[in-house]
Formats: sequence, C-alpha cells, structure tokens
Amino acid sequence: MKKTYKIDVDCANCANKMEQAAKETAGVADATVNFMALKMNVEFEDGADVKAVMEEVLKNCKKVEDDCEIFL
Amino acid sequence: MNKKQKKVLIRIIAAALMMAVLLLLPLEEGSWIRFVLFLIPYFTIGYDILKKAFKGIKNKQVFDENFLMAVATIGAMALGEYTEGVAVMLFYQVGELFQSYAVGKSRRNISQLMDIRPDFANIMVDGQLTQVDPDEVEIGSEIIVQPGEKIPIDGVVIDGTATLDTAALTGESVPRSAKPGDEVISGCINMSGVLTIRTTKEFGESTASKILDLVENASSKKSKPENFISRFARVYTPAVCYSAVALAVLPPVISLIIGVNPNWGQWIYRALTFLVISCPCALVISIPLTFFAGIGGASKEGVLVKGSNYLDMLSKAKIAVMDKTGTLTEGVFKVTKIVPKDISEDELLMYAAMAEVYSNHPISRSLKEAYRKPIDTNDVTDVEEISGHGIRATVLGKTVNAGNEKLMASVGTAFNQANEPGTVIYIAIDGQYKGYILISDQIKATSKAAIENMKRVGVRQTVMLTGDSKSVADIVAKDLGLDSVCSELLPGDKVQKVEELLASKSENEQLIFVGDGINDAPVLSRADIGIAMGALGSDAAIEAADVVLMDDDPMKISKAIGIAKKCMRIVYENIYFAIGVKVLCLILGALGIANMWYAIFADVGVMVIAVLNAIRALRVKNI
Repeated sequence: MKKTYKIDVDCANCANKMEQAAKETAGVADATVNFMALKMNVEFEDGADVKAVMEEVLKNCKKVEDDCEIFL
Repeated sequence: MNKKQKKVLIRIIAAALMMAVLLLLPLEEGSWIRFVLFLIPYFTIGYDILKKAFKGIKNKQVFDENFLMAVATIGAMALGEYTEGVAVMLFYQVGELFQSYAVGKSRRNISQLMDIRPDFANIMVDGQLTQVDPDEVEIGSEIIVQPGEKIPIDGVVIDGTATLDTAALTGESVPRSAKPGDEVISGCINMSGVLTIRTTKEFGESTASKILDLVENASSKKSKPENFISRFARVYTPAVCYSAVALAVLPPVISLIIGVNPNWGQWIYRALTFLVISCPCALVISIPLTFFAGIGGASKEGVLVKGSNYLDMLSKAKIAVMDKTGTLTEGVFKVTKIVPKDISEDELLMYAAMAEVYSNHPISRSLKEAYRKPIDTNDVTDVEEISGHGIRATVLGKTVNAGNEKLMASVGTAFNQANEPGTVIYIAIDGQYKGYILISDQIKATSKAAIENMKRVGVRQTVMLTGDSKSVADIVAKDLGLDSVCSELLPGDKVQKVEELLASKSENEQLIFVGDGINDAPVLSRADIGIAMGALGSDAAIEAADVVLMDDDPMKISKAIGIAKKCMRIVYENIYFAIGVKVLCLILGALGIANMWYAIFADVGVMVIAVLNAIRALRVKNI
C-alpha cells in the first residue's frame, strides 16, 4: 500500500536524510521524499499497521533532522 | 518570508545589534562581566543550534553541521574569543536563512507554474450552476467551464467555443482554440467563452491529475554527484573532527616532549578555526538544491524529468534515437501536393473532395480538410466504393474516379505514374486522367532545427527508426540531415536496433530514445533514457519514460539536454569551488595564517555563493 504525506523541512539535504530514515523504518518497503512538492510517499510492507509505522517514521526522522515535520 | 524565517531574521538583527553595543562598551578584556554579557547575543542567535547539536549527540547522530558549529563556538567562547564565537553563529544563521529563503522562492516560482490542479467542476443541477468536487463527477457528465476557470476533467466540447491557455501544461504560449467536437484536456485555462464539456475520464485519470502525480512522485533515483556528496559528508565530517582533535593535541604534546612552550591556546584556536572551515554545508545544501532547481526549471519549460540521475545522464547524451511518425513528423496525413493536368488545382481538389464526401477514411478526411469549403451532398450521387481501388461517384453530373493506379487502369485512361513519398490519389473525370493529389505525413516545422540543435549540445549520432517504407523514411532522413535511418521495422525490431546501438557505445555515453506512442513503451524502457513526447494522453508512454515532454515539439529534446548540461555544470562548479576553497582555508588554518574570520568566509561565504549559483539552474528559458 502507498500513501502520501505532507511534510515540512528546510533544506534539500535534510529531506534526503528524512528519506533515508523513513526507508530504514520497520514496516516501510520504500519511501521517497519530494523536496519540491514537500511530500513524502511511503510504500508500506504488507500487513503493516500504517498508523503505528508512520509514528515510528516521524520519530526516526526527528532523530536525524530535528527541524522537520510530517503531517499525519 | 515565512514565520520561521522572520523569527530567525529578528534574532540575527537583535544579536548583531547587541554585539555592536558590546564592542562599543569599554569592557575590560578577559573580565567576567564581558563574558556574561557576550553570552546574551550568543544564546540569542545560537540556542537552537546548540539544542540540535545536543539532540544529535543524544540520538547518536553526532557529526553534523550543528555539532561542528556548537563545538567551534563553545571553544571560541572558552578561549575568550567572544566576538568570534558570536560572529560564527551569527553568520552561520545568516547563511541558513539565505538558503531557506532561496529554496522557498524557487519552490514558489516552480509551483506557480505547475499550478494546474483544478479545485472544482461546474455542473448543472436543476438549471442551476453548482460547484462540485471534480472527484465526484462521473464519466459522461456534462460540465461547464467559464472564462478564467481551469478545465477540471478531460472531455469533448459539446457546446461553445473558446481559446485555451495551455502554457502551464506545455510551456507553449500560443493559445489553442476549442470548438464543439474537439477533445480538451484538463489543466488548460479557458480564456474566453463558455464551454460545455462531456467528460471522457475520471478526475484521477485526467491529464492534470496524471501530470501532478508525475511531478510529485518523481522517483528518488539519485544522481552520482548527490550520492557522492552524501557519502563524502559521511566520511568527511568525522575525519575533520578527528583531524581537529589531532591539531589541538599533537603539536602541544610534541612541544612538551621536546621541551618548548606548548602554546595550548593557540593550537586549540587553530583547531576550532579548522572546524568552522570544514563545515560541509555549502556542498550538502547546494548540490541537491541545484538538481531541485534544474528539475523545477525544466518542468516550467514543459520537460518533466523523473529523477536527478536522469539529468546527470541526459547531460551525457551522445546517441539520439528517434521514432519517425509523431516525433519528427506530424503523424497526421495532409494534402502536400496537387499536380493537375488540363484543370486548375482548386478544381481537381474540389472533385476529389466531393467524390470522397461520404467516406470517413483518413485519406478522405485530409482531402476534405484541404478543400475547406462546405460540400452540398446533393451534388454528389451514385457513390461507389471500390475496395482496394478507390471511389467512383457522379459529381456535378460528371463521373469522377479517385483512387490508386489499379483504378486508373480499370478506367482505361493513360496516366503518369508518380514517384512520391506518401499516398498518391489519381483522379480521372469522365474517363480522362486529370492529375493526382499527394497525401503525406509532414515533417514538423521544427524537426530540422531540432536535429541541428541536438548536434550543438553534443549528440554524436542521430538515428531514426520507423515502421514506414524505405522510400518515405530515406527522404525524411535526408531532409532532416539524420546520420542513419532504419526503416520497415516491426515494434520488436526497434528494441533490437536500440540494443545494437547500446552495445556500440562506450560506458560514458548515454543513448536517448524519443518516441510518442504506446508502441514505443518497450523501447522507452530499454534505452538509457526514454523520452516520451507529446505525452498528454498516452499513459503507457508516461509510465515507461524517464523524461516526459509535455508537447510534441522536437526542439524540446535538445532543450532538455541543454538544461541537464547547465545543471551538471553548476553542480561541478560548486563541488570544485567549495572543496577548493575549503581545502585552501584548512591548510591556511592549520598553519595559523587563516583566523576565525577567514573560517567564517570559507563556511558561510562559500555557501551563499554556492546557493546563488545553484539557483541559476532554475533559469533555463533561453537554452
């Protein structure tokens, strides 16, 4: 399953860091961050609990880039 | 400026003012009161950096810019270099603010032009015009688009005429006209007149939605320089930190051993300078920003690039393989030549068009289109379609035969065999041969210039592939000045040809394939870079392609390559410039020639210059 989230982040490199962090989160099959559109596309693994996974993604993103936001 | 940026700006101004006041006050050098007073601007400007650095350490993400800045400034404060400590923070924040402002500005610049998302659709409910969510409009519904509104859903005009502004979709500034029977695509802006449209697609499947989807979901395939920078930053920052530690500790320790004054303060100061210089911001910020601006600038021009790696590859395009029909030629059949015999051109065309009046064959349609005038069907009687030959009809009391050589032979009239590329229609009136009309696919007006431009931007070999006959293909290839041509190919053969070409080139050269249709999808995905042209409408091509040209102007191919080249040039400029200045300053810093002020320039100055340079990638209008 794929979902798109609106995000807020200041620099293109921070967006790359977020993307990496999201990718490495358990339950996420793939993730891309589009810095231009300020959007994050997340592809979940089968049977993943979307809500719980996204909370985890947000937490991991905050770890690598404190100044970011994902609007869940 | 947004709220966040305004807040930073206020902090910068406040801290700068406070520092100016403190420098004017007659405070005793090295006194406690001076230290405490300087802490006020320091925390005003730097508290968030310190917080981020602390959080980074807590989250085991130690080596980032915040950490470097925090260590350097805390160190400077500890050494009593208060002015430097505050200044480093201050200028760092100025650089960050500048970067964020530049990004915001280019994003707005891009999104304004990509603003094709329709917000509503008008439908008639009980004679009242009602605005509804376009998502709720079913296929086959009638929607009404008023002047100034965007067409929300693809469909066919059933009532009204209007001129449409398609600039946001295609980058083409000449308006298009729409009349009943025309297909219109969503995202166009209605500039005049009220249109009633019967929708042929759902909102989600409509052009505007598809394009937005494409832009917003551009794959995250990273280019080589970007990967290089992120790998570089991962190794570089820790390396610099350890070198700084070594610089602070080793020389004094050695001095101690050989019995000279260790000069701890001086070496720590040099190490801190080293840290400030080494901050990789200019690189990690400007390289992704350049690609961001490059992709954005390209989409403004109607060239959608699906990832920054494709810009990298496009800049190295050396072999351009193109489909013929629809790419280099119009793909529509038109009357291109009338050769009359003992009759005027207009008359010959009139008889042919009238004889074909009932037929819906593409050939007949082109004849009628060329004739332009309305035809009174009462003047045409006894129409007989002779399969494989042509048409026989009585027009204005005369027997007209219009068709191929076989038809002429069966009429029994002498005629001149025409050797022309395309379809030739011979016409005999009352048993007498009266000439022929040539119908062919026209070469696009810009094709020749497009091929020349491709050569100019570095394409070594241009190849045309077509399923068309050799005679037609050779003439087109000669007209356009193509290097080679392969004709009479089946769709599968095209893949094979592309593979042969792929095998013939060197590693560093890229092969682009430009095509327009569904048939091309396998070739599009096989080529290094697949470019789909005039993709409005062909979903399969959009899916398979790496670069999508929104309109069908072949000039856009060289433009896309040009944009990619400019973008890559800026990327390398920034890499060489930033690393060059940094290495120079690092050496000067280690030797004690460059002080903290040089360091600030090496960090913030280089970053500002790199960001300004990156933003240039957005300006691609005249490429």
